[in-house]
Amino acid sequence: MSGFFDIPSDLQNTYFGLIGLHLREALIPVLAGLLVSLPVAQLCVRLRWLYPPVLGVTTILYAIPSLAFFVVLIDYTGQTETTVMIPLSVYSLVVLVPAIVDGVRSVPEETLAAATAMGLGPVRRYFQVQLPIAVPAIIAGLRVATVSSISLVSVGMLIGNQGALGNLLNDANIYHRPELAVNSVVTTAVLAILADAALVLVRRVLTPWMPKESTR
Amino acid sequence: MNVLNFVHAFFSDSSHWHGYDGIPTRVWEHVQYSLEALAYAAVIGLPIGLLTGHYGRGGNALALIATAGRALPSFGLLVLMFIWLGFGMLPVMIPLVILAVPPILVTTYEAMRSVDPSPVDAARGMGMPETRVLFQVELPVALPLILSGLRSAAIQIVSTATIAAYVSLGGLGRYIIDGLYQKNYEKVVGGATLVAAMALATLGIFWAVQRLTVSPGVRRG
Repeated sequence: MSGFFDIPSDLQNTYFGLIGLHLREALIPVLAGLLVSLPVAQLCVRLRWLYPPVLGVTTILYAIPSLAFFVVLIDYTGQTETTVMIPLSVYSLVVLVPAIVDGVRSVPEETLAAATAMGLGPVRRYFQVQLPIAVPAIIAGLRVATVSSISLVSVGMLIGNQGALGNLLNDANIYHRPELAVNSVVTTAVLAILADAALVLVRRVLTPWMPKESTR
Repeated sequence: MNVLNFVHAFFSDSSHWHGYDGIPTRVWEHVQYSLEALAYAAVIGLPIGLLTGHYGRGGNALALIATAGRALPSFGLLVLMFIWLGFGMLPVMIPLVILAVPPILVTTYEAMRSVDPSPVDAARGMGMPETRVLFQVELPVALPLILSGLRSAAIQIVSTATIAAYVSLGGLGRYIIDGLYQKNYEKVVGGATLVAAMALATLGIFWAVQRLTVSPGVRRG
């Protein structure tokens, strides 16, 4: 396995530099998706008629293949990181909106009534009651969004080496160094599993009232 | 506007409609790759999901396998398999099947677990053997959820099968990859439109299958 961590100089980056780049390209979109999906989901909870059409639009957006999405965006944002991050944000949004809507809707009616009876206004009720109870569902959505985002960044390699760890795949081909492809796949998978485990940990910290053994 | 012009230009060019690089050929190749991958994934995922769900065991192991499957990057796996195994269908099928097994496995398990236990007990009390309990009581009730797992697997396969073109195979990804290298955006946009249309058609097919196979008693509003 000589040269396993020997990153070719054309990438102009170190191994850890690539990891940092990969995490940035994968996680910023998930964060953006979360920030947009929270208000969208709240609107869908408030206005029931809005949810089916929103669900339809998100399903259609999810059906657009990542590669096609990247390539169509080149016309507008060029061969840049932004071109990779916009589709990933959209995919995160698509996963998160239904997760949050289902989570917020799963809050029992009595709990809401109790909160109202205690004098909580709609804003405090949302942040102090609905959102915390929806945390397990939201984290479940975040786990799927994060893992698939980390995996999809590699495809960015095809649009002018914007794929962070995915760029190693191209180098593995042109320099005939298969160990670089192994490195790319293994590192990406390990990053995804670590991110997933971190989110499980976050959920345990945020919901101390939940039983420990439930892994989902 | 721009994109719509490209779409129109691509589909109105009659040379795109025949030959080995014509739309019918590429669509057919894409359908073949997708069906093959979905079939393998279903053969692996459905029985395991049905059995573990029926006996209510191994849920944590399934969750682990599913996380590991999701964590493996499809595109990276494709390139790696291509380097190791050379040209052929296998390097494409492996990442597609690994992509599709987790949603099928997990949803099938969840679907079987969420079946109301009282009719299952009633069936056992009437003396039904376990296989008939599984296929005649649990499966019909769990079917809508199982189909939704197959549907999301199918859509992911259809949109990911585009990467087969990167390792010199056909399918609709051909237009996207070739167009990218030839700086021919008309082709890229045309290919993207076709893939998206095919994903939507998949949604439609699953909706129809659900209407036909799910018993009216199970269907809820």
